[in-house]
Amino acid sequence: MTVEVRLPNILRPVAGGEASVEAEGASIGEVFDDLIARFPGLRDSLLTTDGEMHRHLNVFVNDDDVRYLGKLDAKVGDGDVVTLMPAVAGG
Amino acid sequence: MARYDNVLDTIGNTPLVDISELSPNPRARVLIKLEGLNPAGSVKDRAAKCMIEEAEKNGSLRAGQRILESSSGNTAAGLAMIAKVKGYPFTVVVPENVSVERIKLLTAFGAEMISSPAAEGSNGAMRRAQALAKEHPDWWFSFQYGNPANPKAHYEGTGPEIWRDCPEVTHFVAGLGTAGTIIGAGRFLKERNPSVSIWAVQPPAGEAVEGLKSLDEGFIPPIFADNDGYSLLDRSRVVGPRESIEWARRLAEVGIFAGISTGAAMAGVARCAGEIDEGTIVTLSPDGGWKYLSTDVWTGDLEEVVERARHELYF
Repeated sequence: MTVEVRLPNILRPVAGGEASVEAEGASIGEVFDDLIARFPGLRDSLLTTDGEMHRHLNVFVNDDDVRYLGKLDAKVGDGDVVTLMPAVAGG
Repeated sequence: MARYDNVLDTIGNTPLVDISELSPNPRARVLIKLEGLNPAGSVKDRAAKCMIEEAEKNGSLRAGQRILESSSGNTAAGLAMIAKVKGYPFTVVVPENVSVERIKLLTAFGAEMISSPAAEGSNGAMRRAQALAKEHPDWWFSFQYGNPANPKAHYEGTGPEIWRDCPEVTHFVAGLGTAGTIIGAGRFLKERNPSVSIWAVQPPAGEAVEGLKSLDEGFIPPIFADNDGYSLLDRSRVVGPRESIEWARRLAEVGIFAGISTGAAMAGVARCAGEIDEGTIVTLSPDGGWKYLSTDVWTGDLEEVVERARHELYF
């Protein structure tokens, strides 16, 4: 599966400067593994030292937050858009 | 009885209106709770009143003491109105990219405003308020993101009202800002019926994230984290300005004049209705459309309005 991963400003410098990159995988975990293999500098932004999702990073598959779809096990399909977004305040 | 001794007694008990004609699924009913009918115009009147009255009860807010908050507008309006009625001076840090109506409303209630940079969003306004609270220990900082009285207002008000008016509710869809509404009302509904599904809708982080230097500068409201929001929610979706504005326009066609965040909530409702076989979806309209007239939400060219909304805080 090939997905498009959209990156926020703060993660672009460690991902070749691009606003969006392609990645392979059938789940968010696999997509992250692919990204980290190509851009090792992304690791600490995507995962904690225990391999869990970073607390301040929200990850959406086609606008749906993966925390409620199985987290790293959330499935992705060909052509899906994965958006990485820092958690910020609203209200 | 519709006679009240005091405007503050008119906060809450808002109407729940059936708008199933907007449901994309004929077997999914949709009802919307109109919080824009609160006296200062939004759902935040509930949290503002509860935060102030809890602080009066526990002695942390004393007569005549200055109240401090950061807000993109609705919490500020609620606090400003209540502070005026109760005789407290009020200072609020407001991001500079909120609509002109919000600023004028705060002026009407006599609030002292300090503006914070647009690029820092609500995060920046909150940090400025936290710094002011340190500089002025004699002020009372309501801190809506971490004040337990915020979700309490919804656990004791909004949630029970929904349950009273619509016990057949199967799904509750609401915006996620401070998380007060969804934590308070969502928990109440789940306790009454554990099979009620709680769906959150949030705006894209937008320009506010451009000012961040690292992910660690991000922010999760303590109300959400401390109340185990991750296990309360069943789904969470981000809804952009285009869908929000399209839904605000559709709502106007059935006579519901509501703000952009209500449009976002309706986009969440539509997704929910499309995924379920049948059910009764209750959503919450945080405010009316009045404060957005200057942004031409209903009257401007869609592309231009969407572009403008990208630069403005509407949650």
